[in-house]
Amino acid sequence: MTIGGIDIIGLTAMLMGASTPVLLAATGELVAEKSGVLNLGVEGMMIMGAVAGFAAAVATGNPVLGFVAGALAGALMALLFAFLTQIFLSNQVATGLALTLFGLGLSALIGKGYEGVRPPPTAKLDFGPLADIPVIGPILFSHDWIVYLSLLLVAVVWFVLRYTRAGLILRAVGESHDAAHALGYRVVAVRFAALGFGGALAGLGGAYLSLVRVPQWTEGMTAGAGWIALAIVVFASWRPWRVLLGAYMFGGITALQLQLQAAGYAIPVHILSMAPYVITIIVLVILSALHRHGVQAAPASLGKSFHASS
Amino acid sequence: MNRRSFLKTTAATTLVAGVGLPAFAADEPLKIGFIYVGPVGDMGWSYQHDQGRKAIEEKYGDKVKTSFIENVPEGPDAERALTQLALAGNKLIFATSFGFMDATVNVAKKFPDVKFEHATGYKRADNLATYDAKFYQGRAIQGTIGGRMTKTNKIGYIGSFPIPEVYQGINAAYLAAKKVNPDVEMKVVWAYTWFDPAKEADAAAALIADGVDVLLQHTDSTAPQAKAQEAGNVITFGQASDMSSFAPKPRVSSTIDNWAPYYIKRAGEMMDGSWKSEATWGGIDTGMVEIGEISDAVPAEVKAEALKLKDDIASGAVHPFAGPLNKQDGSVFLADGEMATDEQLQSMTFYVEGITAEAPK
Repeated sequence: MTIGGIDIIGLTAMLMGASTPVLLAATGELVAEKSGVLNLGVEGMMIMGAVAGFAAAVATGNPVLGFVAGALAGALMALLFAFLTQIFLSNQVATGLALTLFGLGLSALIGKGYEGVRPPPTAKLDFGPLADIPVIGPILFSHDWIVYLSLLLVAVVWFVLRYTRAGLILRAVGESHDAAHALGYRVVAVRFAALGFGGALAGLGGAYLSLVRVPQWTEGMTAGAGWIALAIVVFASWRPWRVLLGAYMFGGITALQLQLQAAGYAIPVHILSMAPYVITIIVLVILSALHRHGVQAAPASLGKSFHASS
Repeated sequence: MNRRSFLKTTAATTLVAGVGLPAFAADEPLKIGFIYVGPVGDMGWSYQHDQGRKAIEEKYGDKVKTSFIENVPEGPDAERALTQLALAGNKLIFATSFGFMDATVNVAKKFPDVKFEHATGYKRADNLATYDAKFYQGRAIQGTIGGRMTKTNKIGYIGSFPIPEVYQGINAAYLAAKKVNPDVEMKVVWAYTWFDPAKEADAAAALIADGVDVLLQHTDSTAPQAKAQEAGNVITFGQASDMSSFAPKPRVSSTIDNWAPYYIKRAGEMMDGSWKSEATWGGIDTGMVEIGEISDAVPAEVKAEALKLKDDIASGAVHPFAGPLNKQDGSVFLADGEMATDEQLQSMTFYVEGITAEAPK
């Protein structure tokens, strides 16, 4: 299927791969923010995941272990953040920014020996005859397992937040930590868990970048993907399926502008590049207009420190 | 301390400093600074400049002391980095990316005693020289190999920024490819970055999805090589550095920027005082542009043809831009028998006739 020189099927398949790192990081950040913590260190956690995943995959020759290591590294970074903001009650915004800078620097140091090294390949899943189905085959059955995992995680996060007791507690902590505390829920423990989960997903996204999408390690390779993930959470107004939509839209616009160029169009690259951010701002404006008299889309306790006084 | 003794001490200090300085200068090593646009580990552009820096140290040993700042963004940050190097006592400073041009001009004005060298630019001053390599000569050889080897008749080019150096590369590759394969088509994607592995990989993927099976890159990371390898049936060329870890396929050859001889020469001129501001544009003949080994994935007769072209360009028998040659809009660029001058090439911001893509505005 080709429209105006653009292969729509190829484009869709490509944008799914291109969006996966951001989708993973944004899903993780959504859970963290739902628990009422604003972690601006997504970029730092991603890049640590990228370098740790790369190093582990190269050392063991096994990309799966690389993804595990990437998730662990991201989770460790997040726990550092949790320790500072939940135990020592440091400012979440400042700590998050520091986490990003720390991650960028530390990853560059660790990664020095891995520049120019090639990681073991991650194979695409083999669906046999399914991959040959026209249209659906190349779009749905031509990816590696992390792409499917990222989609599964969105569904799981949606289900848990919406239909389970654990999700209810998480949301309660994020909406009013004092009330949750009064009911006997351990606010700090819930937030540690949510941050750890968020960090693991950011690290996994980073590892996907260095092991599949590029695939190689280079300093600063996340190039702002963590910030896009943060923007997507806001764009999605803290709903998992909208995170999926947002991530694919951001990824889709990048993939589309390159494909348009390859097809020979002279397109205003800069306008297309800023389009996702403009849309995010518009969504923010609409959200604040809609919710002026009603409930806010953001968790009510987002960014506030919790200190159990009694 | 009263006023009089303060003045005396100050005067004495000044005197000592004034007398002492030249004596020290003879022993002190010549300090040379570099700023790079990417990390030295990019295995491409910045890596090659750093090899040149190391060559200076190796050649002159204790007589020089070099330092570098990597990952300097093009723009105001470059000015800060250059100032920092000048204040640190560097007497010769290399700014190694096109986008450092205005920053280098500004800082050179502020430090008239420091000599500056700007790579690939065109603005000069008494203490600011420019140097560049004729990368397009290498592109012509890549175009010849690509034109012979493509099966889809589509050659892809990942452009960095729409500046003359990149237009020269696209046009030279296209003209050489068309000469050996009249059906060849040029696909261009502008990445608007020198170094962003994820974006470069996406650009490569977009071109490959469009049917390209020969991929040329003007960006500095090896990400496009990795993408081509994944695709399997695509060939690539090393950019700036040999990128030999991707040989014999997808990387079938490369253009290597060899800055070492130039850097050694200029450092030597600083020491004997003969350094002059000038514009250097070296090609295959001076060794500044080297052609990396053509791998066995290239058929022997194509390899021989490419090597012959390399010799002809070096001897001057062949110029990649020779008339008759029209611009994309059909207007005349070079008349029959004419060859492009360096000035014409240095202001080239158009595609030649036959390239169907639209140039960015």
